[in-house]
Amino acid sequence: MTLLSVTALAGGYGPVKVLHGLDFEVAHGEIVVILGANGAGKTTTLRALSGMIPSDGEIVFDGEDVTGRKPQVLARRGVAHVPQGRGTIDELTVEENLRVGAWTRRDSDVAADVDRWFEVFPHLADRRTQQAGSMSGGEQQMLAIARGLMSRPRLLLLDEPSLGLAPIITQELFAQLGDLNRELDTAMLIVEQNAGLALRLASRGYVLETGRIVAQGAATELEGNEDVRRAYLGL
Amino acid sequence: MKSGPGARRALLIRGATTIAVVGVLCWLPQQYGPTETTLYAEALFIAVAAMGLNLLTGYNGQVSIGHGAFFGLGAYATGILMLDHGWPFLATLPVAAVLAAVVGAAVGFPALRVKGLYLALITLGLAALFPALVNKFVKSTGGTSLVQLYRVRPKPPEWASSFAAAEDQWRYYVTLVVAGVLFALMVNLVRGRFGRALVAVREHEAAAETLGINLARVKVSAFAISALYAGVAGSLAALVRLQANAGQIEVFQQSIIFLVAVVIGGTATTLGPVVGAFVVVLLQDHTADLIKDEPTLSPALFGITLILLMYVLPDGLVGGCRRLFRRIRGRMHAGSATDSAPT
Repeated sequence: MTLLSVTALAGGYGPVKVLHGLDFEVAHGEIVVILGANGAGKTTTLRALSGMIPSDGEIVFDGEDVTGRKPQVLARRGVAHVPQGRGTIDELTVEENLRVGAWTRRDSDVAADVDRWFEVFPHLADRRTQQAGSMSGGEQQMLAIARGLMSRPRLLLLDEPSLGLAPIITQELFAQLGDLNRELDTAMLIVEQNAGLALRLASRGYVLETGRIVAQGAATELEGNEDVRRAYLGL
Repeated sequence: MKSGPGARRALLIRGATTIAVVGVLCWLPQQYGPTETTLYAEALFIAVAAMGLNLLTGYNGQVSIGHGAFFGLGAYATGILMLDHGWPFLATLPVAAVLAAVVGAAVGFPALRVKGLYLALITLGLAALFPALVNKFVKSTGGTSLVQLYRVRPKPPEWASSFAAAEDQWRYYVTLVVAGVLFALMVNLVRGRFGRALVAVREHEAAAETLGINLARVKVSAFAISALYAGVAGSLAALVRLQANAGQIEVFQQSIIFLVAVVIGGTATTLGPVVGAFVVVLLQDHTADLIKDEPTLSPALFGITLILLMYVLPDGLVGGCRRLFRRIRGRMHAGSATDSAPT
């Protein structure tokens, strides 16, 4: 079953077109990775998906055409975007960041969910009342992901979650992501430069080059693809 | 375990401080004469306006130097209703509040498109426009736009004679109760869901939007609520001063005073605007007669004190105290950590 289906997605910043017609899809509960070098259009793709920049083409989420809708609308439909550079609110405490992540929810389980993510990320629990801006990069990344999950999304968009993290923290983070996916059945679309790690987590992948998809397939397939290995895995 | 006693102690300190502050505020008119009592009442209504401005500028990052206009609107609503229509003061209060909130929302919408200096300029325009409108449309008995309320001033009721026999005392206590209620509401507002959204929007608009926060709705609401507070403050000012006035200079000056109170007290803190309002009002009053026969030097003295304060406490009085408190607590923790196991 398809959760997200994208056809001929094009977009960019003003007169500068970055994406030149992308077709891809994410199934319910699936983890999909988008690989590509700097400037390939990975971040732009996620931004177009969550409505942060105007785009052409067709974006269908859970059977509804959401092309050109505002970010707040997509957030309400169940898309959580964890942007590059995390986008945690520095001036709010860790707990407040989590609570603001539940903005779209009106149910009474918010407190329970806060406790739950503190259990999953014990580092954050120790810093509950600390301002988010005073934490390390790794902790902020964990917070950004936990905050994204606070909205109970059906699709989590992750923009370079490994950026600026120590390798050991990155591995821990990806292990957590895998656990969360299995447990909550949250679909994830991950943009990553760390192709090796991302392909081990994902079931399928797309390779982006100057705004076009140049390769796609099962993760294991892409990992074995000679061109991909040379270009993006540095092997 | 670890946070248990600490949190309880913090709650205890907070409770004790609240009782002490409320106690002092209630006792002031008993101790002082009409001049001082009126001065403190003035500090109270400026605190109300500063609370509102703090919501907008401190928590939501929208700078306004035009809140004197909402303040004036509230003062005139109360003034005209009392003088020309014979309304009792308390009945005019909600009208002033709603009127200011509606105009605030109307200003908030165009303000969505601009921020920072440009927004400051637009609100400045508001402060310039308001007196012109008042002078054109408000005609009091004397032919000027000054509304005098001395004739219709409220008298202290019988039941309050034990603590507010004098009129200035009664006006002070009315102001205190209204300010207290608005303070409690504000604390609730900024500590809750809406407060978190305000900060998120201030700090990171794009991130806030992807969290599902409707930027326009939050910003316009902040503008409306903030204007509502300024309107109520103006209404209280009409009560305390027994007049409503909107000179070009007064409206501008008032706007600046609110901003100074917020910044001096500490932006984006709940207590800051209140502390700031008292500091500004008392400072202005005390520097006024510090140098005899030199009226031009007094504002300079006031200005220098403000500059010094900002230099010593860049994040305001409340922010500075909080920083100091944290440092002391941090040192105490570091001291005790040497004999307990590291975490």
